[in-house]
Amino acid sequence: MLRVVNLGAEVEGTPILNHVNLYIKEGQTYVLFGPNGNGKTSLLMTLIGNPSFKITYGRIIFKGQDINDLSTDQRVKMGMGISFQYPPKVSGLKLIDMLFNCAKQSGTDPSKIYEYAQMLNMEKFLNRSLNVGFSGGEVKRSEVLQLLTLNPDLVLFDEPDSGVDLDNIAIIGSAVGDLLDRKKNKDDRKKSGLIITHQGHILDYVDADYGLILYKGMVACVGDPYDMLDEISKKGYEGCVEKCLKGFQNSIKT
Amino acid sequence: MPERIPKLDKDIKDKLEKVGIEMDKEKRSAIFLQVDQNVETSSSFASGVEMIGIKQALGKYDWLHDYYWKVVSKDKDQYTKEVDVEDVNGYFIRSLPGTKVDFPVEACLYLKSPKKQKVHNIIIAEENSELNIISGCASHPGLTTGMHLGISEFYVKKNAKLSFTMIHNWETNIEVRPRSAAIVEDGGIYISNYIIMNPVKIVQSYPTVHLNGDNSTAIMSSIIVAMDNSIVDTGSRVIIKGKGSSAEILSRAISKGGTIYSRGDIVGDSPDAKGHLECMGMMLSEQGSIIAIPELEAKHPNVDLSHEAAIGKIAEEEIFYLMSRGFTRDEATAAIVRGFLDIEIKGLPIALKKKIDEAINLVERELI
Ligand SMILES: Nc1ncnc2c1ncn2[C@@H]1O[C@H](COP(=O)(O)OP(=O)(O)O)[C@@H](O)[C@H]1O
Ligand SMILES: [Mg+2]
Repeated sequence: MLRVVNLGAEVEGTPILNHVNLYIKEGQTYVLFGPNGNGKTSLLMTLIGNPSFKITYGRIIFKGQDINDLSTDQRVKMGMGISFQYPPKVSGLKLIDMLFNCAKQSGTDPSKIYEYAQMLNMEKFLNRSLNVGFSGGEVKRSEVLQLLTLNPDLVLFDEPDSGVDLDNIAIIGSAVGDLLDRKKNKDDRKKSGLIITHQGHILDYVDADYGLILYKGMVACVGDPYDMLDEISKKGYEGCVEKCLKGFQNSIKT
Repeated sequence: MPERIPKLDKDIKDKLEKVGIEMDKEKRSAIFLQVDQNVETSSSFASGVEMIGIKQALGKYDWLHDYYWKVVSKDKDQYTKEVDVEDVNGYFIRSLPGTKVDFPVEACLYLKSPKKQKVHNIIIAEENSELNIISGCASHPGLTTGMHLGISEFYVKKNAKLSFTMIHNWETNIEVRPRSAAIVEDGGIYISNYIIMNPVKIVQSYPTVHLNGDNSTAIMSSIIVAMDNSIVDTGSRVIIKGKGSSAEILSRAISKGGTIYSRGDIVGDSPDAKGHLECMGMMLSEQGSIIAIPELEAKHPNVDLSHEAAIGKIAEEEIFYLMSRGFTRDEATAAIVRGFLDIEIKGLPIALKKKIDEAINLVERELI
């Protein structure tokens, strides 16, 4: 589904991603951990093609095609989708109109919109301007609602569970599970995902396949996401990364 | 166009249709059309609404002279003086006490010849009535020069509600100088919506609303798009005299090469006056300019007046956000501009809301 090969990227001339390699197969979900300011959001922005993030070297291959030069909307039309950590407010553009657009893009039956909105407890917000006056949890639910309607094949989630209370995490987690085919048998899963999380609450609802730690713009560790979360909570990021890098250096030596 | 106005030239009909002037009596409670100085059509289909030419009205009602040149003063400036002439024309619209008419009234002023059009209108919403007016002003295609001078005097009586939606559709060579003012009595509500999105040479107006009555309200909204070389200098002033009265002035201005002066003034002249002024501007071109001039004046310690003004270009972050949902750059820009222009206008009938949407639709393509 997605292959990131030795990717480097910068924002306003400052390097923020260094030699990132990543391979997500169809049906797989990855979790991305890492301390604040280490490039997690930047990686997602580079993958989706935010024009502020410039690729300096390496390649992004999506569905077998090099997409380095494609604009964001072209990537989305190919089947990528993203939920933002902090999406902007768009005053005057109603959530419902955004959802109609998403449904049109994906060929989703517009009547589904109301079903999804109900699922995410967002019916009351359909006629409100996008993100204007939404609380933290409402923003996250609105993001996931848009993704359900857009129905992408590769879904990138930037901290869908941050600042969200436990009831809402259950609602969001269930929807993320749907989006990533996690409720299906392993062999029937078609959707792929990359989820950024700090506390890992979302992992109570979404069983991810692999975990990564992004450290100083580099992928420092790869492993079982649940073990990783456990280690992070015990040793902190620094401890984990130290251990991984040691293993990494050993593997280079041998 | 219905058979009501068969004697109109085809090109006038076409233009009226193009700018969306609705003359269908199934959809309007009354219609009025003036071409240059001549009243072509003036009729009401609803018992609660009176709609006649101003000359006829002045002949019919002696008392109307008490309303004529009352809230706008004759010698305010050179343009008001110019309208004080024999061949002035215009409309008289009045909703009778206690009546509420479902359909809006349509009043259209059309400039066909390259002379000065001089108009004097009087609008009265009698006690406990509700009156919704949509007024379109347009000029003839290809008119190389022309000027529209219009006096409008509005009277909102006790507990009446009057909404006046003005959509301007001029051409590049036309100069437009309306002079309007309103008096609102106890419990009255005056809603004004002013929309101009087509090229024009110059528009200059600064209507004043006098909230003389207690618990009276004024909501003044404007949506302005100035294309290359257009100068639009407009705003609203509300003078709050009545107790418990409040004013809101909202404007959205987009410059696509034109110059916009977006003015607003709220005078708090009652002990508990409340007012808010909001002026947002968006620059869509390297040319042109937007100048926001908000003013607030408090004459008592407890008045509550505020203003908010911001001018900028369209936010890249918002464009990118919409593109991440599959919008192309142009589609995203259009959706954001549209959202920017979409002011939530309270208390406006759906038919008029639709009208404003249509006006935005018409101009959308030219903006991107
Ligand atoms: N638009 C931007 N302009 C300038 N610097 C940025 C921008 N976005 C991110 N950065 C910088 O890039 C680094 C990585 O940030 P980010 O990817 O947001 O981290 P994370 O999501 O892991 O917390 C930080 O130092 C941040 O300040
Ligand atoms: Mg982040």
